[in-house]
Amino acid sequence: MRPAPHSPPAVAGRIDIRNLSIRLGQGRQAFEAVQNVSLGIEPGEFVCLLGPSGCGKSTLLGTLAGHLQPGSGDIRVDALPVEGPHPERGLVFQHHTLFPWLKVVDNVAFGMKMRGIGRQERSREAQRLLDRVGLSEFRHHYPSQLSGGMQQRVEIARVLINQPKVMLMDEPFGALDAQTRMMMQQLLLDIWESIRTTIVFITHDIDEALFLADRIIVMSPRPGRIIEQIAVEFARPRRAELITTDGFTRLKHRCLELLHPKSNHPLPRLSPLGTVP
Amino acid sequence: MSSLTDTASTVSEPAAASRHDRHRALRRASSIALCILAWHLASTFRIDLGIVTFQNVPPPLEVVAAARELIESGTLLSHLTASLSRVLGGYTGAAAVGVALGLLIGRSRGVEDALLPPLELLRPIPAVAWIPLAILMFPSSELSMVFITFTGALFPILLATIHGVESVDSRLIASARSLGARRHAVFIEVVLPAAAPGIFTGLSIGMGTAWFCLVTAEMIAGQFGIGYYTWASYTIQNYPDIVVGMLLIGLLGMGSSAAIRKLGSALMPWQALEAKKT
Repeated sequence: MRPAPHSPPAVAGRIDIRNLSIRLGQGRQAFEAVQNVSLGIEPGEFVCLLGPSGCGKSTLLGTLAGHLQPGSGDIRVDALPVEGPHPERGLVFQHHTLFPWLKVVDNVAFGMKMRGIGRQERSREAQRLLDRVGLSEFRHHYPSQLSGGMQQRVEIARVLINQPKVMLMDEPFGALDAQTRMMMQQLLLDIWESIRTTIVFITHDIDEALFLADRIIVMSPRPGRIIEQIAVEFARPRRAELITTDGFTRLKHRCLELLHPKSNHPLPRLSPLGTVP
Repeated sequence: MSSLTDTASTVSEPAAASRHDRHRALRRASSIALCILAWHLASTFRIDLGIVTFQNVPPPLEVVAAARELIESGTLLSHLTASLSRVLGGYTGAAAVGVALGLLIGRSRGVEDALLPPLELLRPIPAVAWIPLAILMFPSSELSMVFITFTGALFPILLATIHGVESVDSRLIASARSLGARRHAVFIEVVLPAAAPGIFTGLSIGMGTAWFCLVTAEMIAGQFGIGYYTWASYTIQNYPDIVVGMLLIGLLGMGSSAAIRKLGSALMPWQALEAKKT
């Protein structure tokens, strides 16, 4: 891991996962979604979990978020076991999880409202974060009035307002068009380089993982196991030209070999909340 | 950041839109005019089609005259206040009980098991079938009519609320919990607003059934009220008054449903935006 020169190294947000297995479903339909995963993530590290659809990477994320119970094994953030959801572990879904009845500014301020902070201070802080993601003029819009990319920026701002130690992102740009996705990746890196929170980012897009991550964890098809860890040592700050370099292509080939599907049956998508998205 | 401009909303030209609206209004008005014309012709020429006859149906002009007479006689107001206060009483009660029970049942498996089975048994019984027992159960016929109205409105409101609560997107609840919302806050801040559109659908359907049940109850047990007026007009063979009563019921039902919809869109401004998008 290489911290950016202009930001202090993060001190909080260490993740320790030991021998974690997760079972989903009930009775005869039960299956093992994640099998014996052990993984350590440094404070401030940007880790991408890469794997085919349905490999249990979202399940792993949901357990980190505290929405799913581990079947066996141990999962800790800063030495404390994960017991249920917590604002220090912010969760960003793929799409449509802004509250449709709240204006953008109130969506962003939601976490502060839950902490009992007054309206004025809330909207001041929400405003600051909306500035950060470039949406301050849309603060009085409703989510449905925004494009998909803008909605995801609001999602990020809404999580950031809680100053999370860990950001858990479940294919957050997966529903966006290619150009918007590139822009969002750049924006996320800019934000991350200034706040240095730990990020666990789920994707099945190899380019995305290589562009963003310090380290890529490649997972096998179900039951999800870690089959490879790849250190991604491209210099930061990274720019879009990176994806055309030889080093990038070499790593991409390696990922492709690892992900090459043995069977042609895609598995049903899993979600951080269990079997049904 | 070029995506700042991609809000993707196409605004059609206002002039063309308003012309289009005028045309539609005209078409809809002429549809009503045609219906009245057909009614006029059928009743003036006393058309008899065998299975249905218009021989005793009063023509529109007679109905208008009867309506004017009713207004001038001064009894209209007492009929209206009688019906409106019964609907208001029964409907308000049904809305309060239906929404409250629906929220509880929708959120808690325990409450669902305790309360839903008896309610499911009572649900298929039409409110009208309650009339005899209601008369026996309540000290005044007034209260029994309010009860019938209540029963009629309760079930659509209750079921729509349960469904609204149960179909709240679990990812919204998960997001709220990850943002620090506890059980109580999840309910107030997420479940309630997310279920609100469904609840309002139930409230609007319930308003329709409330009128339906009230009119039936008034025909049997009332001494004042629009339903009573309509039925009494039949028994004293004042046929134009029947149609006056029917039209009044239609107008009142329409008006109160529109009021509920207005209230709904005032409370849920985001709904209109989402509807516009699709």
